[in-house]
Amino acid sequence: ANFRHVDESFFDDLEETLIGADVGFDMAVKLSDELRDEVKLQNAKKPQDVQNVVVEKLVEIYDAAGNDESTALNMAESGPTVILFVGVNGVGKTTTIGKMANRYHEAGKKVLLAAADTFRAGATEQLDVWAKRADVDIVTGKPQSDPAAVVFDAVQKAKKEDYDILFVDTAGRLQNKVNLMNELSKMKRIITREIPAAPHEVLLVLDATTGQNALTQAKLFKESTDVTGIVLTKLDGTARGGIVLAIRNELHVPVKFIGLGEQISDLRPFDPNEFVYGLFKGLIDVNALKK
Amino acid sequence: MAFEGLTERLQGAMRKLRGKGKISEKDLRETMREIRLALLEADVNFTVVKDFVKQVRDRAMGADVLEGLNPAQQIVKIVDEELTKTMGDEAVSLNKSPKIPTIIMMVGLQGAGKTTTAGKLALKLKDEENARPLMIAGDVYRPAAIDQLVQVAEGIDVPVFQLGTDVNPVEIVRQGLAQAAENHNDYVIIDTAGRLQIDEQLMNELSEIKDLAHPDEILLTVDAMTGQNAVATAEGFNDKLDVTGVVLTKLDGDTRGGAALSIRAVTGKPIKFIGQGEKMTDLDVFHPDRMASRILGM
Ligand SMILES: Nc1nc2c(ncn2[C@@H]2O[C@H](COP(=O)(O)OP(=O)(O)OP(=O)(O)O)[C@@H](O)[C@H]2O)c(=O)[nH]1
Ligand SMILES: Nc1nc2c(ncn2[C@@H]2O[C@H](COP(=O)(O)OP(=O)(O)OP(=O)(O)O)[C@@H](O)[C@H]2O)c(=O)[nH]1
Ligand SMILES: [K+]
Ligand SMILES: [Mg+2]
Ligand SMILES: [Mg+2]
Repeated sequence: ANFRHVDESFFDDLEETLIGADVGFDMAVKLSDELRDEVKLQNAKKPQDVQNVVVEKLVEIYDAAGNDESTALNMAESGPTVILFVGVNGVGKTTTIGKMANRYHEAGKKVLLAAADTFRAGATEQLDVWAKRADVDIVTGKPQSDPAAVVFDAVQKAKKEDYDILFVDTAGRLQNKVNLMNELSKMKRIITREIPAAPHEVLLVLDATTGQNALTQAKLFKESTDVTGIVLTKLDGTARGGIVLAIRNELHVPVKFIGLGEQISDLRPFDPNEFVYGLFKGLIDVNALKK
Repeated sequence: MAFEGLTERLQGAMRKLRGKGKISEKDLRETMREIRLALLEADVNFTVVKDFVKQVRDRAMGADVLEGLNPAQQIVKIVDEELTKTMGDEAVSLNKSPKIPTIIMMVGLQGAGKTTTAGKLALKLKDEENARPLMIAGDVYRPAAIDQLVQVAEGIDVPVFQLGTDVNPVEIVRQGLAQAAENHNDYVIIDTAGRLQIDEQLMNELSEIKDLAHPDEILLTVDAMTGQNAVATAEGFNDKLDVTGVVLTKLDGDTRGGAALSIRAVTGKPIKFIGQGEKMTDLDVFHPDRMASRILGM
């Protein structure tokens, strides 16, 4: 079925499409129930109208779960802005920092990177390549040295040399590893000790291919580092990242940026409309909708 | 664990049924719904769930379990057995070439764990068979991918063949294989760049490497936290490359790992190893029965 026949089987398909996009079962049922009611309420019959109702309603649901926050990064009133990146292994933290560094450098900011992943093989070299690509400065430490020391050095340098923004890269860690989560809290405390209003953002990087585990990731990283926003990466693939709807609903953490590839410019501010269209890829005629 | 296991779910559902003399079609539907939910919460792909639940239902009906003493327990047992069976019953070992070298190629999406697993495998072969593996650095795209592989290799004392990032990966593999022949390496492990299964150009590159190297083993490396997309990924890589096995990484996390069932169901290819940590020793043989229990939250 598709939007040509809006009947019960349409809403079954809608539910399956949502589950297939990783929004999770409960959320999928909740959403398709609300959407069914809304379509009835608005007496939408023509496929075009139904599509509009569905997308509008979903965006409304997404917005309603928030607290009016914008996707813009919270910037320091004076002195350096510090942005801490956290997340599980391999999601795209280092790459996203490279893209962000470029974005803010191009906007005329003086950008510094902290290579506080001293653990994973080649992590410092990887961030260093990105620093060169974005033409920004970087503070590094020795392999296997204390990452908190790198953070400390970078914050000092940022203060002394009047950097506008410091992006802190950290090693990937699974949220159930208590020691590693404590290490992360410690890095955050050091930042706050040196600059009381910092970090100005703690961005949790989530891989769009992740399923229901992303909700646990968001919960536990929020507990240990007070996450303020999400970067949803790898949306250039076939995964849709629907789990952020559940995260938004339960934890009220907004998505701020999305990753759309491996190149330096493949980063965009999050747009709920576009995201919602993406969830329905295949079910909705996106082109017809945009007209 | 955020989600209920199947046992609690079914016990909850069955409690409602207790005391009724006979169990109706509707009751059975309720039970199957709970199974469906448990699998979806574990991230098993919904199309795979459909087929699987039907399989369980047929068996449950045939076995008349609902008239037995502890129907919940019996159904859990059936689900567990069917899941184990679907995932392959026995652990499957690495393919070996009758003539050295045995060639292993790592493929998969970005960040899945290919490079790390390449190192773990090399160490395992060294430790268990006294092997002399050579690793080939075939990722010329990801920043510092070669540095990473070289550092991994240094830690386990295994040589790496690399030609930097200005040579195309097919050519790197060609020359790497020549070096392996010269040095009589008994295993060659080819690290490749992560890529999307829909990236035609990069998928063609893998085909070319395959045609050149004739690998004995093409290991699709998959992150155990993968959700519904596991099916699209596994199908994409398998259709193009006819992979020979799967490695499931990051199982040291708290994910249920339903992707294991999805991948196995759509490709029919065995999961051979699981990654359980970032250390080079954190690679284990896959056991379908343990994975089944994990997916079911038992
Ligand atoms: N297709 C795609 N690939 C991405 C995206 N973002 C990152 N990647 C790739 O994902 C892989 C992992 O990215 P990293 O930046 O190293 O991830 P990380 O979170 O820093 O990883 P660890 O530090 O090992 O935990 C690399 O191959 C990146 O090129 C994206 O938006 N789309
Ligand atoms: N906790 C845990 N981390 C793992 C495991 N396997 C790999 N990792 C981590 O996952 C991240 C990505 O691993 P890589 O080996 O770089 O992945 P890759 O597939 O080679 O990535 P690309 O080359 O960018 O596509 C790194 O932080 C690894 O340390 C595992 O079994 N458990
Ligand atoms: K991943
Ligand atoms: Mg990193
Ligand atoms: Mg790699």
